[in-house]
Amino acid sequence: MEKKQDTLIELKHVKKTFKDGVTLIEDLNLEIKKGEFVTLLGPSGCGKTTILRMIGGFDKPTSGELLLDGKDITNLPPNERPINTVFQKYALFPHLNVYDNITFGLKIKGVDQKTQDEKVKKVLEMVDLEGFEKRSISTLSGGQQQRIAIARAIVNEPEVLLLDESLSALDAKMRKEMQIELKEMHKKLGITFIFVTHDQEEALTMSDKVVVMSDGEIQQIGTPEDIYNEPKNLFVADFIGESNIFKGKMVGKKLVEFGGAVFECVDDYAADTMIDAVVRPEDVEITEPGKGKIQGEVIACDFKGIFYVTAIKTDRAEIEVHNLKSFDIGDKVGIDLAPDSIHIIPYDASINHFEGVLEEYEAGKGFTVRFEDFALEGVAANRIFDGATEKDGEDSPTDVKGEKIAWEGRKVIASFLPEDGDLSDDAEAGFVEGEIFNFIFMDDYYRYRVRSKSEEDYIVNDADLWNHGDHVSVSVPLEKFQFELAK
Amino acid sequence: MKYRFSRKQLAIPYAIFLFLFVILPLLVVIYYAFTNSEGKLSFTNYVGFFRSGEMLGTLLYSTVIAVLTTVICLLIAYPTAFILAKAKMRSSEALLLLFVLPMWINFTLRITALKEILTLFEGNLAKYQFFNTILCMVYDFLPFMILPLYNTLTKLDDSYIEAAEDLGAKKSHVFLKVILPLSVPGIVSGVTMVFLPSMTNYVVLDMIYNSTYIMGSLIGSYFSAYDWNNGSVISIILLIIICVITAISNRYTEKDTDERGNNLK
Repeated sequence: MEKKQDTLIELKHVKKTFKDGVTLIEDLNLEIKKGEFVTLLGPSGCGKTTILRMIGGFDKPTSGELLLDGKDITNLPPNERPINTVFQKYALFPHLNVYDNITFGLKIKGVDQKTQDEKVKKVLEMVDLEGFEKRSISTLSGGQQQRIAIARAIVNEPEVLLLDESLSALDAKMRKEMQIELKEMHKKLGITFIFVTHDQEEALTMSDKVVVMSDGEIQQIGTPEDIYNEPKNLFVADFIGESNIFKGKMVGKKLVEFGGAVFECVDDYAADTMIDAVVRPEDVEITEPGKGKIQGEVIACDFKGIFYVTAIKTDRAEIEVHNLKSFDIGDKVGIDLAPDSIHIIPYDASINHFEGVLEEYEAGKGFTVRFEDFALEGVAANRIFDGATEKDGEDSPTDVKGEKIAWEGRKVIASFLPEDGDLSDDAEAGFVEGEIFNFIFMDDYYRYRVRSKSEEDYIVNDADLWNHGDHVSVSVPLEKFQFELAK
Repeated sequence: MKYRFSRKQLAIPYAIFLFLFVILPLLVVIYYAFTNSEGKLSFTNYVGFFRSGEMLGTLLYSTVIAVLTTVICLLIAYPTAFILAKAKMRSSEALLLLFVLPMWINFTLRITALKEILTLFEGNLAKYQFFNTILCMVYDFLPFMILPLYNTLTKLDDSYIEAAEDLGAKKSHVFLKVILPLSVPGIVSGVTMVFLPSMTNYVVLDMIYNSTYIMGSLIGSYFSAYDWNNGSVISIILLIIICVITAISNRYTEKDTDERGNNLK
């Protein structure tokens, strides 16, 4: 019961479709607790700003509910919400001076002059700009405008403060300072902060809780440590920090094979499970040549101020290492990985699964299966129905007991592994066309997400480099497809 | 000696043009304004202007017509420009074009056409002379008010409106405290572009009103009677009024654009 009271903001089954018909957010659920510093993190276009705007009241969800303290505020206009926003470009009113900007909200509430003066003084102290009351907005630097924008929001004592990429316009040094100041301010005020950023370092530094988003969906919610050390999927692993990603499989109890060697690990999955292993560059141990599990050669070593970035080429992959030692190009080295430095992500069971309908059957040739984007012809009956046999001249295959199978209209799920797919720029070469939506570098190949016109995603590994937006066709040999009857 | 071309020389034709068609006539007007019919220095024409009730009445009347035209234009143009700029309609550019389209047709033609239409409805134009004048002026000058307002309002960042709502302002409050003050530069340039020409316009009056009760037509009537001195005096008085108004409005817009420009980034 107590836990329930802690929740301040709740998004329930929120969907957002824009006027042009594009659905950015399909079904999003999110809980934000009282007093938390929550960061919505993701690449541009992932829907993080839209969520913030819905909480602020500037955008309405197409469907779903938005609760504040248990009350439905989905249709409440922004001026009636106890929420204030620090806008990306600050949006300070250029025709008003600092004092009038800060008191804009107070004046509407009818706060008396004396209280206004006191509050302005207090917030200006808080943002370190005492005595700036009479200054015109145009005379302020970017950092100062940023602080005034924060002051203008917090002077209203909101329950929630929304910050929309608020530090992105500042230079690097100023940004670091503001990150620390914002965190301190959050402690002092004790209210909920919801911060939106595409900068993973910023998110990890500032927040109590990070919500990693991609493509309108929440990928992972957790503390900065969780997100960094235990990424739930490859997107999170790749987006947060640097990582070496290896394709491999489990070979025994807490034993995993990748990169040409078997390693002990701490995650336990059934043997033969296909996995991706994520290793952070700072966790790679470089040993004497001949020692360690993998051998390689240094191909680059760059000084980054506090550490060196070393690239090591092995016969299977290229590995990035961060440490304090400097190497010469051409140095032979060994590589070792401690069990707790290997984070294992099982293959996402839901990728490359497509639902189709059995359309036609011809004995000897098999089924034609129709999917939304494509059709597969010549699928042998026994690949869909266990033990089925095809008899000439009959309009249905027969099952083990010799009875005819009623196949018309049955739904099947077809799936394939990313490594079995192939990309081509020849539209005729594959069974479906689409555009490269995103990709992750995986040491010796790339993993691409190809999005078709009907918004289906195809995950394919390919050694060639394609760019975002490239038009490609996906091909998979028919024998590599797995079929399963839909329930 | 080698001939060297400098970019300044490109200005020569314009300088000649300016001198012949702007500065010289202005000097001539000033000369006539400060001399009497015998060509001697004199201020009697000014004294005459400010003593004549008829003259001052005409000045007042011109001002009333100009002010009324400007106010009506502003009242029509502001909501129009606001809707076009902020309603996020796909066709807003096309609609704007429709409002501006009449400007492509010759001014006199438009007034003649409007006169015919009015005659069709009213029969005798003399019955509603004042109304007709204002109607024609508003019709003529409306695009000049809509365009600068539209420009200012499209540039007005929506985040200002959202920020005001975020701070608790109702729609009416957002308009009065944020949108209106931020659109002042557009209002000022719109008003300038409508008020000044309607102050000196006399084609409309000539065609609709058939009278000399307005400054522009007064100047015309003096000049056509070869009374260069009196015509020049009235021209100079109008010129001074216009200069003062322009100076005031320029200061307003300059100050404001300066402040806003700094805030863009």
